[in-house]
Amino acid sequence: MKSAPTSNGGGVPVVIRGLHKSLAGQPVLCGVDLAIEPGEIFVIMGPSGSGKSVLLRHIIGLTSPDAGEVLIGGESIQSPSVRDRIRMAMVFQSGALLNSLTVAENVGLYLREHALLPPAQIDARVAEKLAAVGLTGQEDKLPGELSGGMKKRVAIARALVVEPQLLLYDEPTSELDPMMAATVSREIVALQRRLHVTSIIVSHDRDLAFGIAHRLAIIREGRILCVGTPEAVRALPDAGVREFLDANFKHA
Amino acid sequence: MFFQDIGQAVLLFCRALRQWPAVWRERQKVWEQLHEIGNASLFMACLLAFFIGGVLALQTGPVMSDRGVSNFIGGMVGLAMCKELGPVMMAVLISGRIGSAMAAEIGSMQVYQEIDALRTMNIDPVRYLVLPRLVAIVVGLPLLVLFAVVVGWMGGALVCMSNPEINLTYNGYMNSLSNMVRVGDVANGLIKSIAFAVVIGVVSCHQGLNTIGGPRGVGRSVTKAVVNSIVMILMLDYVLTRLMIRL
Ligand SMILES: Nc1ncnc2c1ncn2[C@@H]1O[C@H](COP(=O)(O)OP(=O)(O)OP(=O)(O)O)[C@@H](O)[C@H]1O
Ligand SMILES: [Mg+2]
Repeated sequence: MKSAPTSNGGGVPVVIRGLHKSLAGQPVLCGVDLAIEPGEIFVIMGPSGSGKSVLLRHIIGLTSPDAGEVLIGGESIQSPSVRDRIRMAMVFQSGALLNSLTVAENVGLYLREHALLPPAQIDARVAEKLAAVGLTGQEDKLPGELSGGMKKRVAIARALVVEPQLLLYDEPTSELDPMMAATVSREIVALQRRLHVTSIIVSHDRDLAFGIAHRLAIIREGRILCVGTPEAVRALPDAGVREFLDANFKHA
Repeated sequence: MFFQDIGQAVLLFCRALRQWPAVWRERQKVWEQLHEIGNASLFMACLLAFFIGGVLALQTGPVMSDRGVSNFIGGMVGLAMCKELGPVMMAVLISGRIGSAMAAEIGSMQVYQEIDALRTMNIDPVRYLVLPRLVAIVVGLPLLVLFAVVVGWMGGALVCMSNPEINLTYNGYMNSLSNMVRVGDVANGLIKSIAFAVVIGVVSCHQGLNTIGGPRGVGRSVTKAVVNSIVMILMLDYVLTRLMIRL
């Protein structure tokens, strides 16, 4: 059967070249170029509305660009066979859980649909991943009965279960308390260590970004402002970068 | 717009056909959908068919009795029910009850990015969502039509027996019916209903998958699914009747 690859062959490189996209007549991405190494944790930061979610949708092939291309492991994401060859997963900003399935069914969906494991082992794997995001005992709830942060954690568990070669996270910690955010960050790093997965994380969370990123990029109005290691980016004198990174709540 | 929708729906049908080998794997979902169809429409179908059969007898019975051809009433009601009214009325009912639900469910999955999530997991939405619904309706609608036809015949019989202006007994009605209605006529109606089921399933799933915008988009998709289905059913009904006229 045409299905997902049965084993994880390690992280894949991602190359983004000259990506342009206009939505509803407005330019959203204006020439994005990035090269992400296999097994890298790459964080993308940027102000709200700067096109981060749209960029992630292009990387995983949900939206096709007006110009430019995305290569996953050397193959265009738009080619039909790439998904059969490379395991990918994405944590959507809204979670995007299937509302008619329970938490456990959502998390086990990938394994079940591709018949990768016998049912008993799927249940065990699901329980393990739910435990990793602190949701033991919530297996039989429906997404409608969960809080925003719980939905996000189920979505993360659903992505972890895939054991992907490329994993995209859209603001994985935005709705979580600081402790849970730290747990999730640890899981992201643990998965990367264990499977050498290429992780692309969109986040506003500066602790997460500077804590776990191998490299990070800052995007603004559809353009990449800078790319580099956390130390390098922190040391940049560029005013736009500084303004974004140093923003703080101050009493007037 | 209408013709573009039809073209895209035909493409969707072809994609669903290519997934045909996966039907056995999706049997659980097919079963659930069949249940849905049965639960939502069995009672309504019964009620509708009974009254249609009854009113057919009521409209034609007195006139035919006056002209001394009351022994044709059973056959007339029988043929009208199984060749035309059974398949068409059930298809209209099902597009309102099941087609709308399909468009709404798939449409809201589209709006809430659930379909995007399926695609990132390399789960083909056509296999996961469209195929089970299509198979269920193609199996379910003919069964429902068969049931409705029999109920409609009974409705006609009851009216003939109980109405003094119609000069016909139950046995007379049934004899007339069994003399004029052949198995082929019932099959004719069932073939139509299979075609209608494909139309409802494909059009509704297509509208659902093509939903854009928020809840309002879902509402638009549901309306279009039902209206387009009914229009296509009535047009197709003429074409199929013409093709099968001497069958
Ligand atoms: N489907 C769409 N149709 C039209 N415009 C869109 C669509 N999706 C996004 N946009 C526009 O693209 C721009 C970037 O949106 P995007 O969702 O990528 O922002 P973001 O960087 O993820 O912001 P946030 O941090 O708030 O999630 C916004 O101006 C938005 O209005
Ligand atoms: Mg976003």
